[in-house]
Amino acid sequence: MKKNLKNKVALIVAVLLVCLYGIFGIPSGVSGKALMDALSSRIHLGLDLRGGAHLILQVVVSEAVSAETDNTVGRIQQDLKAANLTFSQVYKPDPNKPEAIRVEGVPQASVSAARSLLDTKYSSEYDLAGGGSDSSFVLTMKPLVEKALEDKTVQQAIETVNDRVNSLGVSEPKVAPYSLGADQILVELPGISDLDRVKTIIQSTARLEIHAVVGGPFQDEAAALASVGGALPSDEEMVHGSGALATGSDADSVYVLQRVSVVAGSDFRSADPGTDQNGLRDVRFTLTNEAGDKFYDYTSANVGKSMAVVMGGRVREVANIKSAIRDSGEIEGSFSPEEVEILSKMLRTGALPASLNYLEDRTVGASLGADSIRAGVTAAIVGVLVVMAFMLVYYRSSGINADLALFLNLVILLGFMGFSGATLTLPGIAGVILTIGMGVDSNVLIFERIREEIRAGKAASAAVDQGFAHAWVTIVDTHVTTIVSAAILFLFGSGPVKGFAVTLTFGLAANLFTAVYVSRVIFEAHLNRLKPGEMVSI
Amino acid sequence: MELFHGVNVDWLGKKWYFLAFSMIFSVAGIVSMSMHWAHTGYPVPLGVDFRGGTEVQVKFAQTPDVGQIRAATVAAGIKDATVVIYDVPSANEVLISLPERTLSENSLDTGRQQIVSALQAHYGNPFDAATGVKVDVVGPTVGRQLERQAGLATLYSMLGMLIYLWFRFQLIYGVAAVVACFHDTLITVGAFALTGQEISLTVIAAILTLVGYSMNDTIVVFDRIRENLRLSRREPLPDLVNRSINQTLSRTVLTSGLTFLTVLSLYIFGGPVLKGFSFALVVGILIGTYSSIAVAAPMLVAWQEWRGEQGKAAALPAAKRAKG
Repeated sequence: MKKNLKNKVALIVAVLLVCLYGIFGIPSGVSGKALMDALSSRIHLGLDLRGGAHLILQVVVSEAVSAETDNTVGRIQQDLKAANLTFSQVYKPDPNKPEAIRVEGVPQASVSAARSLLDTKYSSEYDLAGGGSDSSFVLTMKPLVEKALEDKTVQQAIETVNDRVNSLGVSEPKVAPYSLGADQILVELPGISDLDRVKTIIQSTARLEIHAVVGGPFQDEAAALASVGGALPSDEEMVHGSGALATGSDADSVYVLQRVSVVAGSDFRSADPGTDQNGLRDVRFTLTNEAGDKFYDYTSANVGKSMAVVMGGRVREVANIKSAIRDSGEIEGSFSPEEVEILSKMLRTGALPASLNYLEDRTVGASLGADSIRAGVTAAIVGVLVVMAFMLVYYRSSGINADLALFLNLVILLGFMGFSGATLTLPGIAGVILTIGMGVDSNVLIFERIREEIRAGKAASAAVDQGFAHAWVTIVDTHVTTIVSAAILFLFGSGPVKGFAVTLTFGLAANLFTAVYVSRVIFEAHLNRLKPGEMVSI
Repeated sequence: MELFHGVNVDWLGKKWYFLAFSMIFSVAGIVSMSMHWAHTGYPVPLGVDFRGGTEVQVKFAQTPDVGQIRAATVAAGIKDATVVIYDVPSANEVLISLPERTLSENSLDTGRQQIVSALQAHYGNPFDAATGVKVDVVGPTVGRQLERQAGLATLYSMLGMLIYLWFRFQLIYGVAAVVACFHDTLITVGAFALTGQEISLTVIAAILTLVGYSMNDTIVVFDRIRENLRLSRREPLPDLVNRSINQTLSRTVLTSGLTFLTVLSLYIFGGPVLKGFSFALVVGILIGTYSSIAVAAPMLVAWQEWRGEQGKAAALPAAKRAKG
């Protein structure tokens, strides 16, 4: 019996040491400062304690779908021409449904040839319908394909934002999908409190594209419409811009551009600031090989025409195509040094595949975070002291038992936090405080039961046995129900609330160990020392 | 030291007093929630998490002049800002909030920028280390998402409890416990409406914890009732339930008392950010303990008496004898 007891005590001490390691790691010394340093490197603090910015971004995935179908429109047109099949137009009829493409005006005789062509080339990604009496076809992107594209867009957006955020020099930034919404990204930047600079870098470019210019610059949209005979063909679009800088005019002008871009976003391989022959700042870029070929074909076929550089939905520069360009070129314009930097960085880190909208942003300044930590820790210490004092007064020597179990409970809880890398938030500190109260509950249950058994006349060790046996069932019930609540909170909550659920769950799990096993061992040690007939001090 | 030795209170005899007490508080809560609803369209004051909008909290080195700040925001073109002192006056903190003014997320940030530049003009950059700042900007999409999440979480929680108790005891136990929980939640939320405190995400977390905690208390009493039912089958149910409550009273009051003390410490020392959270817990723990004795237990007895009147066999004893 004594040997058994020694093993049990050894186990408890081992658990204690392991958890202390989890909390402090191996500290460089035993001074207060060394311990604090060790502690802060192991326990991660949430944004509400450390200070920083928390953003939720919405990825406008419909833009990516739209871009993909724009591409397909171009390919369909090329394929039909190559097969010598006439058609009147290929376009997207509904701007709110970017996944549908309409092919119109195929003469009756060629309908079946057209259908088999479209079927062969596009049926893996699109559902084909039509080809009946109105000689038009509708291709709709398959839902699975659309979903895969949307997921890929979100993934790409996350990678791009990650790259850009890393270039800010923030320690431990976090960019991840946001679980509570569809196509949403969560960005956490500890230590940043001025959001404006961050937002410029994260968000400012949706897409960077080069489009063929059909007409322009015009004074306004009415003039632009007039130039195309009053109705805009479906494969062209009107874009505002100030690309007329070369003529010295800063006024907003309207251009009519080809809707489908020649090269865009991910076609750019690198971009660097430079100076052109006039000494003005420009951006020199290179394209990927594939894009380079496409660009070469386009420019050699269109010498003498203009192309527009469109950034964020505005025309930034219009250039004349003087000769065929393969894969490197310059974007000129009177950029400020900052603009040139930002433009190059954004081209380099890859363009965002779609626009990002802000849904939520929260910032906590660092000093407020420190205040919160101080308040939380004070409350925790006061709580612990009050409870410990009460247990000593009410349960006498057994109160020491409860206090030791409580202390170990907290150490194990913090050890779990250190090992799992979970984040401690302000509600998390509240969770620790709640654990103290609920943890002591188990001890009270057991002790009250032991008192009852003693009153009923049982001997010391029998009373202790019965006390633990009866209380066990209730302890399990109460812990399971609270852990179930905490699990639901974890699933449905956001950052700080998740922190609360985590500390509460860890605390209760630790409590199952300390209140039952550890308390029991301490009682056994105490019972061993009792003289026959002597009662437990409770 | 022992506080509850030999207690023998007739709890069930007092059930009409308890009912009256519960009704008064529930009705007070409902009335104040209805008034709030009539006023603002929401039953309780909602924090920025659910309401959406912009909230900027700034800490100043000296006591700030609310009138001056308000004038500064108006001068910057913001017409509908609310400026209030936050936390105790000695903290020199001010809360500036703008209601949700746009349904589009593109201009989500303009409110914050306007406030920051208004402050900058008069007090320098509020993001300097000298003054602590907290900014929350919540768009309509997120606000709605969070509302939905909070509602679902509460629903699933109660459902989970019901099923667990059905499994461990009997259906009526589960129902009685859930009714007690619902009663606790209603009164706690009513307390927020009465005192005009805001309900934020952390408050919802506190309420969910309460649900779990109230269950704890109720389960302890139910466990004892179940044990006593197994031991003495002849005792009339009201007497048995009274005895069970008296036997567990010591534990119930002590635990609630200790947890209450720790949560009170949080309310007093925990700082302004957790005020709503700790208020919910302070009220909730008191009401939760009360409801286990005054709501859940009498419901069990009432159910059995009703069944007895219907001529059906007594449902409660022989409950899950095999499960033990």
